Amino acid sequence: MKRVAAAFAAALLCASGAVAVSEPGPNQAVIDGADMPAKLSAFGIFRTGTSEPVDALLPYTLHTPLFSDYAEKHRLIWVPPGQQARVAADGHIDFPVGSLIVKSFGWPEQNGGRPVETRLLLHRASGWTALPYIWDADGKDATLAIAGRRVPVSFKSPDGAAHSIRYAVPNKNQCKECHSKAGTIVPIGPKAANIDFGTALSRPDFARFFAKVPTTRAPMPRWDDPASGSLEQRARAYLDVNCAHCHNPQGSASNSGLFLRWTDPVGVNYGIGKRPTAAGRGSGGMEFAIKPGDPDHSFLIYRLESLEAGIAMPELGRSTVHKEGAALLRQWIAEMPKDGH
Amino acid sequence: MRVTYLPRAALLSFAALAVAAAPAAAKTISVSAGTPDANEKLQEALILAEPGDVVELGAGTWTLTDGLSLDVDNVTVRGAGTKDGEGSILDFAGQQGAGEGLLVTSDDVYLTNFAVLNTKGDGIKSKGADRIVYHQLRVEWTAGPKETNGAYGIYPVESSDVLIDSVYVRGASDAGIYVGQSKNIVVRDSIAMENVAGIEIENCYDADVHDNVATKNTGGILVFDLPSLPQQGGHNVRVFDNMVNDNSTPNFAPKGNIVASVPTGTGVLVMANSRVEVFDNMLADNGTANVMIVGYRYPYKDEKYQPLPKDIAVWDNQHGKAGFAPAFPGGAEIAAAMGGSIPPVLWDGAGSAIVNDDVAVLSLNLPDVGTPQSEAKPSPADLKGEAPAALPGITLPESMEARVQ
Repeated sequence: MKRVAAAFAAALLCASGAVAVSEPGPNQAVIDGADMPAKLSAFGIFRTGTSEPVDALLPYTLHTPLFSDYAEKHRLIWVPPGQQARVAADGHIDFPVGSLIVKSFGWPEQNGGRPVETRLLLHRASGWTALPYIWDADGKDATLAIAGRRVPVSFKSPDGAAHSIRYAVPNKNQCKECHSKAGTIVPIGPKAANIDFGTALSRPDFARFFAKVPTTRAPMPRWDDPASGSLEQRARAYLDVNCAHCHNPQGSASNSGLFLRWTDPVGVNYGIGKRPTAAGRGSGGMEFAIKPGDPDHSFLIYRLESLEAGIAMPELGRSTVHKEGAALLRQWIAEMPKDGH
Repeated sequence: MRVTYLPRAALLSFAALAVAAAPAAAKTISVSAGTPDANEKLQEALILAEPGDVVELGAGTWTLTDGLSLDVDNVTVRGAGTKDGEGSILDFAGQQGAGEGLLVTSDDVYLTNFAVLNTKGDGIKSKGADRIVYHQLRVEWTAGPKETNGAYGIYPVESSDVLIDSVYVRGASDAGIYVGQSKNIVVRDSIAMENVAGIEIENCYDADVHDNVATKNTGGILVFDLPSLPQQGGHNVRVFDNMVNDNSTPNFAPKGNIVASVPTGTGVLVMANSRVEVFDNMLADNGTANVMIVGYRYPYKDEKYQPLPKDIAVWDNQHGKAGFAPAFPGGAEIAAAMGGSIPPVLWDGAGSAIVNDDVAVLSLNLPDVGTPQSEAKPSPADLKGEAPAALPGITLPESMEARVQ
């Protein structure tokens, strides 16, 4: 974060230079309204002419994030004044109407590290609405891309390999394909088991957002940190975050019968010895989604490692293979007893 | 939802949108194939359409790189026809993303008069899309049968009230017309050729499949039920007045998929369903069998699954030549022992079936689906008997039939 710029902006607003709590929050009327503003600046999420968020929003990260072509993501929550978000019994977070979830995507090598796109989830009286914005070339504002777009992006992955891809900004319907529960849009990321506020927990205004700090007795591990969980736990966290938004009984892949939530039992409906249902060539000529002890004959791995439309999983949001994630799942399957669970 | 500003909206005929603040009268949104960024413009139209609207696809070839999707109820997507050179041809040969060419997730949608070609995955999929009507469409992989073709051509799933009428599907590496986990279905007046399965009804309740032509597929018309799926226990399916002939294309499905095990030369195949009626069809030149009735003979872990065909009834079909090239393991030996061909109706011996057609029936005498097929003890079987009371026909909501009148 460019704290210099933040301080400068704050100083302009407030001669004392006090922390930018006095900075205005996002534009509640636009969040609550029925419009789809053509420009992201209409929401007042970012300081005018920049991609620096105003301090009134609450940043958060996830223990295990969704893989999106190695993009770095910055996430923010807004809850309208006088209201609070609450953790439901099953661990999902209930946000009041008027809330806003912001997720920006970027790469250090792209746009000078500024975001390429910012996605909004607005909780309006009519339900959640998803809107994708692509940042303008000058980085001062972003423009609604309701039909999505492919954006050329270049970056290096952690292994040092250079990638030049046509990064897919999702369209409004594609937002819903992943964010769908029984046909309506819901947030995916903020769950008590996976959310991490880090230092934001100590902000004086934290209690304004949450009645109680979201905690759980069984937090998800960090997929890439062996100290945070066993191999199986980390593989399951990875599958939950990367797959289960569709692969659950109320999701877009309900008809597959493959259910990969953190809480699902590891049996046939988790892919163990499960034959393809509607996979077509996504089966890669293999008999089972997961063949214990044999990742090379598990078509779940085949689909994760493919980039070809019609084979690649997830179907949306990936133009690069997540080698490190696939390696985790390969190891998990390789170490499974061959006689199965 | 109101649109405050749409960049480059002038390229579309969005006249009505400017005054769309209040619910407007149904309008037509026309998009032309030659528009720059046609992919984005068409997707934009499908997103901004409101219930009652028509999205009109201009004539010509649309070169599309990303899958399209529709999530607004009661929208018509209408093209100028399905023929090359004059129709609205959606060409996905350069597709880079998405699992299908067009995905519909809303109710009361009417798709008509366009073609979807060479998608990387499925052609047109509709999921949880009740009362959908597919009418006068072409979905085709134009190079013909190839393992790298997409799986399903027309693919409604998890829907109630489905009408597929007068479509043409060719080249699907799984099923040309595939209806999965749905209820109250009519597939009629359509042509499925050179797919692995021509028409497949899988894990469905209440379907009529009639007046179709299924030819040169690996298997013509399949009625299946599979384990470990949210909806199973497929039942009440009528297959009648179809022409199911010369299903002779070698199986080109990617291995692992259940249809990869369908023997070349299969006419109508019923697996693990109950109450299926096969009558008044013309069945001919199917080298394995004109009609095959079998159990699900794979290991499964699903206590609720019912692997047997039950109460299958077959009558009044016309049988041409069949059984001259049985393509299941051991089939050639059985045919040789029987003088060169096997009877046109083949039953694995599991479950229960009545066959009143005036042809012979061969049973493999494998009543337990756990017994490997290698232990078959083939013998002629007499399955004549009194069929259960006929199933009632499928009635669809009047609003759906009105679309295609």
